[in-house]
Amino acid sequence: MTGDQDARASSQLRSNREGSLRDSQTRFHFLMATAAEANTATNPKSGQGNDYKEMYSKSRPKALPSGVEAPDFTLRSTPDQWLALSEFRGQPVVLAFYPADWSPVCGDQMALYNEMLKEFHELGAELIGISVDGAWCHAAFARDRKLHFPLLADFEPKGDVARRYGVYRDKDGVSERALFVIDAEGKVHWSFVSPIGVNPGADGILSALEDLQNKQATLATK
Amino acid sequence: MINQTQLKLPDPERDHIQGAIDAPIALLEYGDYECLFCGEVQPIVREIQRRLGDDLCFAFRHFPLTNVHPHAEHAAEAAEGAGEQGAFWPMHEMLFANQAALDDESLAEYAAALGLNAKRLIQEVISGAHAQRIHEDFKSGVRAGVNGTPSFFINGQRYDGARAFEPLLAAISQPARIT
Repeated sequence: MTGDQDARASSQLRSNREGSLRDSQTRFHFLMATAAEANTATNPKSGQGNDYKEMYSKSRPKALPSGVEAPDFTLRSTPDQWLALSEFRGQPVVLAFYPADWSPVCGDQMALYNEMLKEFHELGAELIGISVDGAWCHAAFARDRKLHFPLLADFEPKGDVARRYGVYRDKDGVSERALFVIDAEGKVHWSFVSPIGVNPGADGILSALEDLQNKQATLATK
Repeated sequence: MINQTQLKLPDPERDHIQGAIDAPIALLEYGDYECLFCGEVQPIVREIQRRLGDDLCFAFRHFPLTNVHPHAEHAAEAAEGAGEQGAFWPMHEMLFANQAALDDESLAEYAAALGLNAKRLIQEVISGAHAQRIHEDFKSGVRAGVNGTPSFFINGQRYDGARAFEPLLAAISQPARIT
């Protein structure tokens, strides 16, 4: 969000919304929403008028494809706790790499996944968000958005895990908006890199998890 | 069951619809009563309905993001509760017109203002009487690729254009021109 957009959002906020916004949380949400509108020009999927194009360089991601071993990692989940991918061995894991806490599309994307935890859990999977933000930043972001899943800090060496998954943007210093579904054996089952300004939704994740579940069911009956 | 890639058109058996189910154009919205974008698009939808008249069937499904919108779930419950009393659409309008006040007390007031049994409605809201239906709406949206609100589907195809009157009307009018 640029200063100008911020100022525009603020002034629009003052002129139109002051009366109807009752508390600071709503006010903040509207501000972010206005910024999101400015950034994604009402249409994240079309990619038109999308300021992300100016904010980020063009890149050709080489995300790890399905079938390969998912590189293990241990990252901070809170300022004093660590989480390793290998801890989840035996169940599918959804890794959601995203560029940054607080940026509007990420907020929407994480908000959507937050509402879908039940569905992911029903499919036996855990969800993990990963960005280069530090643990304290993640803590504030998770608290603000009431996120109920871990956000890992790919902070030192910066972007190391994203790099190993082939989804680091060197010029921008952030990761792609990339999704990986890791199977119970620790292999990449499905991966997807979304244009950086586009919220990829959750339909692809659900399909991948269901596919895994069907495979398991087939194996079990053999 | 709703198809993953192409959304089933509004289902008269379960969806709230305005207009004839066999109208040439079906517009389906996934929305959240506490989402300010949904509130902003509401007059646009109304104007499109007015312009297209009998050619349009409009349906609304719930897509509450309950962690960022603490009142969205109860507001959706209130709309469904009003629907049980034959007043889904009046409550739908009422909620979008009062997005800044969607606490339970306000919901009861709106029910009373619409001449509904407010006590019954608020009991349904609090007990989550329609939670399953709301969740079904949400799940169908996720399956269809809804990634935020409002999301529109025109004859089952997701609309990815701007949420403004002209582009939305142009996109909606297209299927009618083809048929």
